[in-house]
Amino acid sequence: MAAELKPRATREAYGEALLELGARHPEVVALDADLSGSTKSGNFAAAYPQRFFNAGVAEANMMNMAAGLAIGGKIPYASTFAVFATGRAFDQVRQSIAQPRLPVRICASHGGLTVGEDGCTHQSIEDIGLMRMLPNMRVVVPADFNQTYAAVIESYNLPGPMYLRTGRPNVPFLYEQVPEGLGNGCDILKEGSDISIFACGIMVAKALEAARRLEKRDIDAEVVNVSIIKPIDADTVAGSLSKTGRAITAEEHSIIGGLGDAVAEVAAEQCPVRIGRLGIKDTFGKSGHPDQLLEEFHLTVADLVNLAQDMQKSE
Amino acid sequence: MVTAAGSGHPGGSLSAADIVAALYFQVLQHNPADPKWPGRDRFILSKGHCAPVLYAALARSGYFPVKDLVNLRQIDCHLQGHPDMHKTPGVEISSGSLGQGLSVSIGMALAMRLDNLPGRIFTLMGDGESQEGEVWEAAMAASHYKLNNLTAIIDANGLQIDGFTCDVMNIEPLPEKFAAFGWNTLVIDGNNMEQVVDALERSRTAAGPAAIIARTVKGKGVSYMENNAGWHGKAPKAGEAEQALAELTGEEIRESREKVGS
Repeated sequence: MAAELKPRATREAYGEALLELGARHPEVVALDADLSGSTKSGNFAAAYPQRFFNAGVAEANMMNMAAGLAIGGKIPYASTFAVFATGRAFDQVRQSIAQPRLPVRICASHGGLTVGEDGCTHQSIEDIGLMRMLPNMRVVVPADFNQTYAAVIESYNLPGPMYLRTGRPNVPFLYEQVPEGLGNGCDILKEGSDISIFACGIMVAKALEAARRLEKRDIDAEVVNVSIIKPIDADTVAGSLSKTGRAITAEEHSIIGGLGDAVAEVAAEQCPVRIGRLGIKDTFGKSGHPDQLLEEFHLTVADLVNLAQDMQKSE
Repeated sequence: MVTAAGSGHPGGSLSAADIVAALYFQVLQHNPADPKWPGRDRFILSKGHCAPVLYAALARSGYFPVKDLVNLRQIDCHLQGHPDMHKTPGVEISSGSLGQGLSVSIGMALAMRLDNLPGRIFTLMGDGESQEGEVWEAAMAASHYKLNNLTAIIDANGLQIDGFTCDVMNIEPLPEKFAAFGWNTLVIDGNNMEQVVDALERSRTAAGPAAIIARTVKGKGVSYMENNAGWHGKAPKAGEAEQALAELTGEEIRESREKVGS
């Protein structure tokens, strides 16, 4: 871990990378739905006002405007909170972006519980599942600032649509420099032989810390950062599962439909092993400080350590 | 076409037939040999269930063979139940779920403005479709962005699946609503070819977005379909289709075609 760097939010990386794309490519345009300060698309708006379109509080219209801009040869980056991007505008994303395979990049911030005090209406815990269900949609959840930056830059060349989830809170740096790209989207950050921990987003840093603690208890955990949840790198997932024989998935999302399901699907078809899914257990969130929420909903390093130990013991 | 498919939407296709014919055979600058010609005007069918009228116009324009039409909705045919921009030449956007076409048109109009393209976007919507809230999000945005390259045509046939629009969910007064949203608004008889062509051409010079409220008759030209909600989404049987085609190829239609000189 690049411990010397001060933690930064992944949404800030989106804002900065979008600015770079704007400078490099005149056909890059951006849209927002009255949240440009929060999603960080405001950086682009200030630099390229002619290429920025605020839809106001009208997410459905924004997504379809993005589709129209893509049909017109532009590369649109459309931002709002994850809960509105995927829920409010699902039908628009489905019919006018996913089905016609248009190169719209839906870059949603404020994924998961760590939205915090705003409470369950604004905490997106279904977005990964909703977007994963759509044919043609690539689903990306980067783990830190640098990986997010790489994901945004790399997305310019994607032929089809992408859903990118960023977060509100500052997260530790895991990559010292901006990587070349996401590669196959399954990055083994620590090799291990006893259990595989597949994590995404803010849970990757926690998985690495859990692995360190588990080492002291003689459990050798492998930590895999799954930044591309769809299409998932099934070979790497199955390879890790066959090596360790058991796995934990960790995500700031419902245990239904997200990373846990994506890994379980690979396991069921290619390498059936026991999987413990750490996530939000089919319930809605609530108001509170992000750290309190992660504790209450059992998404902490201690929860990861306990689950790994329980799984080891019970076998 | 709809009879051969065994399903489809004849009512709204017929109410819009004069509008679509006026566009493809008189108003639109387009090139069937080069469907993606950047300088073209774009026709957007927001009420995607009226695909038959679009397909007929595209085929007669030369975008694909007329013989394809009888294979509408069949498993190996490019003519989907609702338009698919990647399957059928000349189809500009995929539509079907209502209320999205005007918003997509705004995005296209913005892209054309950024690229200084000369074309205009003509978007056909239904009055029932205008019950979708997104239509009014789009109406707000089009005037906000002062889009002077966009014409919306509302095929106001007064009917929808469950009955008369005024009974199901009253959407009127449509002209006043579009005007209040900042559009240049025109009300015409949408089954009068002279008025249709004139309104479409005049809309090109509007200072902002232009809305044409076209008062039409659902099922126009087929006596047993006219003003009958039952023909929204039902295919005529062979005998019924024969009668419909006989009525449609009668004097009245031929006269109005001659008026626009096509």
